Amino acid sequence: MNPLMQGIVTIFVGVGGCVAYFYLSNLVLDKVIFPAKGRHIGRNINRANKWRPWLFLFPAIFVLGLYLVYPVIGSLVRSMYNRSGDGFIGLGNYSTLLASPDFRTAFFNNLLWVVVVPAGSTFFGLLAAQLTDRLSWGNIAKSLIFMPMAISFVGASLIWKFVYAVDADIGLINALRAALFGSDPVDVLQIPFWNNFFLMMILIWIQTGFAMVILSAALRGIPEDTIEAAIIDGANPLEIFFQIKVPQIMPTLVVVWTTITVGTLKIFDIVYAMTGGNFGTDILPSYMMSFMFRDDGRATAVAFVIMLVVLPVMIWNIMQSRKEMR
Amino acid sequence: MAEVKLKDVAKAYGEVKVLSHINLEIQSGELVVFVGPSGCGKSTLLRMIAGLEKITAGTLSIDGQVVNDIPPAQRGIAMVFQSYALYPHMTVRDNMTFALKIAKKSKAEIEAAVTKAARILQLTPYLDRLPKALSGGQRQRVAIGRSIVRDPKVYLFDEPLSNLDAALRVATRIEIAQLKESMPDSTMIYVTHDQVEAMTLANRIVVLAGGGISQVGTPLELYETPANTFVAQFIGSPAMNIFKGQITGTGAETRLRVPSGVEITSSVPSPAHLMGAEVEIGVRPEDLTVARGNELAFLDFEVEFTEKLGELTVLYTKPQEGGNPMIAKLPGIVFVDRGSVMHLTAAPNKVHVFHEGTSLHYL
Repeated sequence: MNPLMQGIVTIFVGVGGCVAYFYLSNLVLDKVIFPAKGRHIGRNINRANKWRPWLFLFPAIFVLGLYLVYPVIGSLVRSMYNRSGDGFIGLGNYSTLLASPDFRTAFFNNLLWVVVVPAGSTFFGLLAAQLTDRLSWGNIAKSLIFMPMAISFVGASLIWKFVYAVDADIGLINALRAALFGSDPVDVLQIPFWNNFFLMMILIWIQTGFAMVILSAALRGIPEDTIEAAIIDGANPLEIFFQIKVPQIMPTLVVVWTTITVGTLKIFDIVYAMTGGNFGTDILPSYMMSFMFRDDGRATAVAFVIMLVVLPVMIWNIMQSRKEMR
Repeated sequence: MAEVKLKDVAKAYGEVKVLSHINLEIQSGELVVFVGPSGCGKSTLLRMIAGLEKITAGTLSIDGQVVNDIPPAQRGIAMVFQSYALYPHMTVRDNMTFALKIAKKSKAEIEAAVTKAARILQLTPYLDRLPKALSGGQRQRVAIGRSIVRDPKVYLFDEPLSNLDAALRVATRIEIAQLKESMPDSTMIYVTHDQVEAMTLANRIVVLAGGGISQVGTPLELYETPANTFVAQFIGSPAMNIFKGQITGTGAETRLRVPSGVEITSSVPSPAHLMGAEVEIGVRPEDLTVARGNELAFLDFEVEFTEKLGELTVLYTKPQEGGNPMIAKLPGIVFVDRGSVMHLTAAPNKVHVFHEGTSLHYL
């Protein structure tokens, strides 16, 4: 069967299946299990209505269980087995990880990413949101800043490879160095420790647009009269920004910050495309990749560490966004 | 303790003129109310005095100093906003002290100012609460407290009661009146669209309409001798009845012929050249009485609808030409059937006469 036909059939089977499921399951509930007739008609109707929500929830619960809960448990189990997957070694993979200096470098680098990228993105996003707020060409500026969001991480990495290129005719940084100081080209991606920041720059570049869009909406939501009251109270623009505006958008700031944090913890593509984790730039996901298909036990152990690190941030993020919705 | 002077003040947004030729002198210690229909520019005028809107033309001076280009904070004003405009993330105390902290006042000074303002406004138990934990009335008191602590020369109120429910509005109105009494030296400018607030609070009322000042005067002046038909219908509730007539005699008193053909007298004097002129005659609903004995009834009032409020009864006719019904307000409870005709009259000193919209008093 050609792919187009396959697609169409899939759509029909999927949509039809959904309709059939809801229709038939309700039919079975109402006619067979708790029929609305006979001696217990009232009781049966009440019971049917008590069960009905579960009929509607079941597909979602089942799919979430199959594709989210089962893999988590499966990973946990797999991370306790050895390389070939046939010998149970308990926490062996985890203790190997802790002993490995490469893992500690990756873990430390990841911490750096988690601190620097959300801070940088939120800071630049807030700055851009505030500066473009009342400009006639603000929307054009915003569109330009937002555009990197639409580029894939690998694509963005390729663009920045050009920026960092070790050739004054291609690389922006080396061109600047040559023009300003007449220095010879250097490979910034090989400068120990600082090369991490050159990689983070890429993600900040991408995420600033996201932060800006959300924070710009939040800034617009601040009641105008509180700002006018502050003007009358004698506050200068900086005092208004930091003492009146920022505190009022604090919940949104926290949500933006934590959302970017979660995104940062999952970053793999940028490091993989730029340095492949060499020169001391490894982070947990790229470290995990280096074991994938070679030692799945250790790779899943790393995956589990990442999940444990993301989880608290995630919970806090959800709590904050719920608070904001209220 | 400052007078506010506006000289030929105007405001325009591009081509659109919002206010023009505003001339007004507000004395030290006066409470002046700006009143007018929506969109008349009363809030804009207040915001211009505050410095939140630029003055397009003319000069504004506070305490003898021209302040057109002086930023709001240095004008010596404080403003209470319609929506309170409290800083939601700060406690009541921080809300009230924000201006003083910005001005880098000493701790002792700030504490003294807050304690005093909180005592005046009965906010002491709430100083450490956030605004969201307060009721509407309390929030408005915090907003007023925020003004008091700064000890400004001029207080500006922008419809401060319109977000409160009816009962609270009356109570807060009385509180503001008492506050004014306790600070006899402070100048206050108060914007409202509610004429009851204007009548009860003001030393003088400024009626704004159509981008200019319609009339300035004490509440009773506006009520007794409105300068034009707009003020006549705006002040007083229900609005003054206006109907057409013709002058048939001029002099110290004016003779008028009303639509029913009857001739009546108004105590307003009229100049001789208006003999025979078409005029508008105004009588307030509460000044209409049922004609008794040999009294001359000049209004055949066909009742269409009645509202019995106990203390008084409001009677309406069908809408006349122009869209508004005639309204009469009679004391006590009056029973009349729909469609029955009442013969009403009014004392000569209650009959207002307007020529081309302007009261004969002001010709």
